[in-house]
Amino acid sequence: MPRSTYQLGLGFVGKLAVLLILGFLVLPVAVVTIAAFNDRAILSFPPQAWSLRWFAKAIAYQDFRDGFRNGLIVTAWSSTIALLVGAMFAFALDRYRFRFSKLIEAILLSPLVIPHFTVGLGFLILAAQIGWTSGYAVVVFCHVVLVLPFVIRSVYVSLRNLDQSYELAAASLGAPPLRVLLTVTLPLLLPGLVSGWLFAAILSFNEFTASLFVTAQRTQTLPVAMYNYVREYADPSMAALSVMYIVGTAALIIFANAFLGLGKVLNIEHTR
Amino acid sequence: MNILADTSAAAQTSGFAAGDDVAVRFDSVTKRFGEAVALREVSLSVRRGEFMTLLGPSGCGKTTLLNLAAGFFSPDGGDIRIGGERVNDVPTYKREIGMMFQNYALFPHMSLADNIAYGLKVRRVPKKERDRRVEEVLALVRLTGLEGRKPRQLSGGQQQRVALARALVINPTVLLLDEPFSALDKNLRASMQVELREIQRKLKVTTIFVTHDQGEALSLSDRLAVMSEGCIRQLGTPEEIYRRPCDRFVASFVGDANVLRGTLDGLDGAHAVVAVGVARVKVPASPLRGVAASAPVDLFVRPEQLQMVDADEPCATSGTVAAQVYQGGHVDLYIDCAESVRDRLLVRSAGHDAMTRWPIGAQVGISIGDDDAVAFATG
Repeated sequence: MPRSTYQLGLGFVGKLAVLLILGFLVLPVAVVTIAAFNDRAILSFPPQAWSLRWFAKAIAYQDFRDGFRNGLIVTAWSSTIALLVGAMFAFALDRYRFRFSKLIEAILLSPLVIPHFTVGLGFLILAAQIGWTSGYAVVVFCHVVLVLPFVIRSVYVSLRNLDQSYELAAASLGAPPLRVLLTVTLPLLLPGLVSGWLFAAILSFNEFTASLFVTAQRTQTLPVAMYNYVREYADPSMAALSVMYIVGTAALIIFANAFLGLGKVLNIEHTR
Repeated sequence: MNILADTSAAAQTSGFAAGDDVAVRFDSVTKRFGEAVALREVSLSVRRGEFMTLLGPSGCGKTTLLNLAAGFFSPDGGDIRIGGERVNDVPTYKREIGMMFQNYALFPHMSLADNIAYGLKVRRVPKKERDRRVEEVLALVRLTGLEGRKPRQLSGGQQQRVALARALVINPTVLLLDEPFSALDKNLRASMQVELREIQRKLKVTTIFVTHDQGEALSLSDRLAVMSEGCIRQLGTPEEIYRRPCDRFVASFVGDANVLRGTLDGLDGAHAVVAVGVARVKVPASPLRGVAASAPVDLFVRPEQLQMVDADEPCATSGTVAAQVYQGGHVDLYIDCAESVRDRLLVRSAGHDAMTRWPIGAQVGISIGDDDAVAFATG
């Protein structure tokens, strides 16, 4: 059936609207990317000449190098601790009915609604009281709190999607509970655990607001170092760093999606 | 009509087998889920090597009873014994059971061979013997050569065989089957049923089989327990259940049944006589105890026990042919009949000449074979 002019027009407008929205979403990324390859020292747009020198400068800058290293240390600890705590809590939440379970769930998921600067400020005051302000510990614990909801969510969804008959089958074949956990439950949960960890790591590595409060000069993470840099200088090395950030994170997510199937982890497929 | 057994007495005797011979015994088992009572004081003994079916509609408690045998939860009252040992507080993994799940629950991250070997590894069976036993059981379920496949690379029927092999390889005291055929298409289901029964007979393994499919239950079981609302309504051989249902529920749930209005003529020992039209039908007396003579009763008759005769012959009732359904091996005729309690009467005729002899719209007389009818008080 031939389509009418009206339908064609409507289709065109629809496609245009989608394109505009997509363009709007990627606009900041595009601007930053173009600025990163700008040869001039000022953050100008559009650039007159092209160069990679800001990438070289960003990589060579000592504060960025330290920030990157600090970020990796904080991220490794915080996402691992968050995974352990979050996985155990997700298990408890999925397997047992207990008093106040709803309340505990609400508290553990509360960082989703509490502003990051509040969490950061809280940890700063706490750390000042016990004299921990200069160490990694306060940064790590602050990040654990911030990423925990995402880990719990990720593991909880995987657990809900795990058909319990696998565990019952293993038990019926004579496997005691610990053996069931190690040979059946954990292997089947692995994608959820890995992607939970990965989410936590990406969030922790990129976290800025709370980190600004709880990091010291010695422990500042990359986003904090970038903020301190941009307060003093305004050259495109920031943009270059941003591009590296985006590419790195995107590569991780694409990798995770290809090997673990993030889609599976983000949806509850069936309810028990 | 001369071999009429009192059904409830039959159920009594077959329900309590000699202690030595019992593999699994449920003793007044009660199970509640919150407010809901899933099982009410259910007692059942499964003999060694027996194929026992728990049959009933969903929510009747059959799966709960199976899960109690498996130890997935414990009863709120009563005892469960496996091989003479009280297992109420014995966890699943110490019960030596083989269980086959509705969705098979094959471990998706393990190969077929690893799935089957799982129970042997847990029992620390040496590798050499393990391999031999896996090979043996694979031959038994005719899957030799597929050892390396992952479950998702197998067809539904193959997955089911793996699940059976995995449950059997540990030589369980009792094999528990939870609606294992429900995921298979009709043709495959029939051949798998035959296969399962053959293997079960060969290994003489005590089996408890849960299903809501009465055809499956009748064709596979040594004995079956018909359940509803958390109770066993009747326990007996498939023939006993089909021919001598003890109450309305069993009569309607197992097999097709026509229900005709009749009146009780009188009780005479083990028999009662029910009048339908000019016919007198002998039925078992036990379901009618306490019913006054000439009280109205409902007569349950199987479709193959009804015969059609010419309208002018003396017969139980009469009606008009409303529909004919050709079923290949037999013909189903639906008759509009005033005496029928529910809808139309269903008459099953073996030869297809019934279709030409009794065309749609024809007046027919219906007579009832003097066998295999049961009656219950109207109500």
